[in-house]
Amino acid sequence: MAAVIDPLIHTSPAPSLDQAFPDVVSIDAGGATVVQADRLLEVSRYLRDQMGYTYLANMTAVDYPDHLEAVYHLYPMKVIGNEPSQGLIIKAHATDKDDPVIPSVTSVWPGANFQEREVYDMYGIRFAGHPYLRRVLMWDGFEGWPLRKDYHEAYYEGDTKPFASRWPGGHHVRAEERARFARNVAYPRHWDPAKATSPDESLPVVDVSELNTIHTQKFVINMGPQHPSTHGVFRMQVTLDGETVVDVMPVIGYLHRNHEKIGERNMWLQNMPFTDRLDYFCSMGNNTGYALAVEKLMGVEPPERAEYIRVIMQEFTRVQNHLFGLGQFLSDLGAFFTPILYAIENRELILDLFEMTSGSRMMCNYMRFGGVAYDLPPEFMPLAHELAFERLPREIDELEEYLTANEILHSRTIGVGVLPAEAAIGLSISGPLLRASGVKYDIRRHQPYGIYDRFDFEIPTRPNGDLYDRYLIRVAEVRQSIRILQQAFNSLPDGPILAGRKAWQIRVPKGEAYGRVENPKGETGFFVVSDGTANPYRYHVRAPSFVNIQALREMSIGFKIADIVANLGSIDIVLGELDR
Amino acid sequence: MFGSGVLRGMLVTLRHFVETYTEDPRRVKARAATPNAVRQTPNDARGLFTVQYPEEKLAIPERFRFYPMLIVDGTTGQDWCTSCGICAKVCPPQCIWIVRGTQPNGKPKPEPEEFYLDTTICMQCGYCAEFCPFDAIKMNHDYELSAYERHESAIYNKEMLSVTTTFYARTHPRAWAEESAVRAEKEARDKAKAAPATPAPAPVAAAPAPGPAPTGAASTRP
Repeated sequence: MAAVIDPLIHTSPAPSLDQAFPDVVSIDAGGATVVQADRLLEVSRYLRDQMGYTYLANMTAVDYPDHLEAVYHLYPMKVIGNEPSQGLIIKAHATDKDDPVIPSVTSVWPGANFQEREVYDMYGIRFAGHPYLRRVLMWDGFEGWPLRKDYHEAYYEGDTKPFASRWPGGHHVRAEERARFARNVAYPRHWDPAKATSPDESLPVVDVSELNTIHTQKFVINMGPQHPSTHGVFRMQVTLDGETVVDVMPVIGYLHRNHEKIGERNMWLQNMPFTDRLDYFCSMGNNTGYALAVEKLMGVEPPERAEYIRVIMQEFTRVQNHLFGLGQFLSDLGAFFTPILYAIENRELILDLFEMTSGSRMMCNYMRFGGVAYDLPPEFMPLAHELAFERLPREIDELEEYLTANEILHSRTIGVGVLPAEAAIGLSISGPLLRASGVKYDIRRHQPYGIYDRFDFEIPTRPNGDLYDRYLIRVAEVRQSIRILQQAFNSLPDGPILAGRKAWQIRVPKGEAYGRVENPKGETGFFVVSDGTANPYRYHVRAPSFVNIQALREMSIGFKIADIVANLGSIDIVLGELDR
Repeated sequence: MFGSGVLRGMLVTLRHFVETYTEDPRRVKARAATPNAVRQTPNDARGLFTVQYPEEKLAIPERFRFYPMLIVDGTTGQDWCTSCGICAKVCPPQCIWIVRGTQPNGKPKPEPEEFYLDTTICMQCGYCAEFCPFDAIKMNHDYELSAYERHESAIYNKEMLSVTTTFYARTHPRAWAEESAVRAEKEARDKAKAAPATPAPAPVAAAPAPGPAPTGAASTRP
C-alpha cells in the first residue's frame, strides 16, 4: 500500500535555473524561460530532480513566422518555499522550419508522450528520442502539418472570422461546395497505399513461445472503434497472452476536427460555444477555463455574484459528471443500467437548472469574459437549494448503500488496475485518477482560481490507486462538491453579473496565458497567445482525457482483458475532448 | 456475512421498483391521456422520470434555445431587422447570410432583402440573439424539425425564419416584457431629446401590447 503523497510538503529551494545554467537559459518578454534546444534534456532533469517540477501539466507548440516554439507548463507536486507555486513555463525553439528537431522529454516526464506526438502531428516538430513518434490524431498518410499558419483546411474560406462573404451581399453557399478536394479524395503526394505500413506491425504481434508442451501465441485484438464499452469512437489495440494483457495502445483521432485550428480562425468570443463541445458533460467547466485564460490577458475580474454563480455551476457540473461517470463505470463492470439510470435521474434535475439558466442542457455557452451571460432566473434558487441540501445528499447516500458494500463490486475492483502514485505523477495524470493514487493535488486548492479559496472543503485521497479507490474517490468528491454548493448558496450576493458592457468585438492585449481549472475529469487547461488582434494567434486545449488515457497501458498490463473495459471506464474519458 | 452487500443493494432496487408504481399515480394524474401534456419532473420525484413523448412533453424553460427566428412587427408587418450584420459577424460557425436591401438611389436600406440560416452548421449558441441591438433575432423553442432531405430544407430563408411579435411574446413572456420596457424607456428619452421645450414625458407604464398576427407573415413553424 502506497502512502498518501501530500504536495504541501515544503522542501528547500534549489538554485534557480539562471544560476545553474547561466548561458543556456534566457528570459523572454512574457517572463517564460527559453532553453537552448540542445540542452533541453539536461535542464529538464535538473528541473525535475533538483527543483521539484515533477509534473508536466501541459506541452504544446506555437508557430511563429521565423521559428517553431515548444512550450512546457510545469508545476511542482511539492510546494517549494511557503507559497503555492505559480508554475514554470519553459520554451525551446526550433528555427529550421523544414526539419524542426527538439529533444524529447519523455524520459524525464513520461506524460509528454502523447502531447509530443500531438505536436509532431500538428506542427511536424520531430522529438529526438521519442519512443513512438507517429501521428496521433491524424491518419498516417496525412500530408501537411495542420496547425502551421500556412496550412489551409478543406473548407478554407479565410484566415479569420468574420468572413466577408456573409454580409452585406450574403448569398448562401453550402460549405461542401467550397471543399478544396471537391468530391474526390486524392492520396497525398508521397503516400502510396501499397507501401504504407499499418501501426499494427510495429507491435509484437506474433511471438511463438518455445515451450515444449503447449505452443501459445500472443495476439493483437482491436477493441473498437465501434465497441459498446469504449464510450465513443475509440480503439484499443490490445496484445494478449491468453486472457492476460501484455500491451495496450490507444488509437484515437476518429472524432478529430482540429478544434484548435477552428479556434485560431474564430474571434475570441466565438470560441466560447466551441469549448462546450470538448467535454460535453462539463461545458460549464470548459467555459470557465477559457474565460480564465482570456481574463488573465485582459486583466478583468468578474464581479462577486458572477464568481459565485461560476462556482455553483462548476460544482453542479462535477456532481452530475461524477454521477454519470460512476454509472458508466458500473455499466462497464456489468452492472447493466441500474446505477446509470439512477444517476441520470439526478443528473436530469441538474441539467434542468443549466437549461433554465443558460438555455441549453449540455452546450451551455454560459461564461463570458468578465462574468456570466445571464443572471439566475427566479425559479433557480428554490430548486437548486432543494437539490443541494436535500435531494443530492440523500441520493449519494443511497448510491453508497447499494454499491459500496456490494461483494461483486469488490471482487471486480479491489486490487485491479493499480496505478502507483509515482507513475501517475510522471504520466501527468490529473483529477480523480491522480487523487485515487494517493496524490493530494487539486487545482482548486493548490492554485486557487475564482473564489475557491473562500470555501471550506477537503481534497479526498485514496491510498491504493485501484478501481475501487477510483469509485470511492468520485463518491467522496460529490460529497465535497455538495458542501461547496451549500456554502455558496448561503453566501450568494446580489449585484452585477458582468464586468463592463456586453461586447462581441473583443481585443485582447498582446501576451500569452494559461488558464487551468479542476474539471471533473482532471486539469482542463487553455493556452492562448494573443497578438493584439481580434482573433487568437494560438489557442490550445490541454484536455484531461487526452493526457489521462496514457494511464490505460500502465494500469492494464498484467490484468485480464475484461479489466481493460473497467479500467477505461474508471478513467472517465470523453471522446469530444480526447480527439478534439 | 458474505452477500449481505448484494442483498442490501437488491432492497434498494426493489424500493425503486415499488415507488414507481405507488408514487406516479398520485403525482401524474392521467399519464399520456391528455394530448400535448407538458410535464416537469419535480425535485422530490422518486418514481418514473420518463415522459411519454410525443403525447407528453417536457416543459421548456423560457431561455431554451434552438434555431434563431426573425421578429416581424405584429401590427405593421415590418421586419425589425435592419440588416446591420452583427449577427452574421458574431456567429461562431458563420451560418448566417444576409443580403442588405438597397434603396432606389443605391443607398443601403435598413432591411434585409434576403436572410439565410444554414441549420446544418448552426450550433445554437444564441450569440445572434444576445448581441442583436434591435431585438430582431431571437432563439426559437421549436425543436421538432425533422425533414426528408438535408439540402434545401435545412437552409432556412427569411420567410421560414420570420415570426411575429405576438408569437415571440407568447413563447418568451418574461423577455418580451423586459425588452418592451427598455424600448419604451428609450423611446421616451428620444422624444424628450427631440422636443426639449416640452415638459418631461410621463413615465411609460406598461409594455405595448403585441399586435395581432398579420396574415401570411407568420412562418409555417409557429
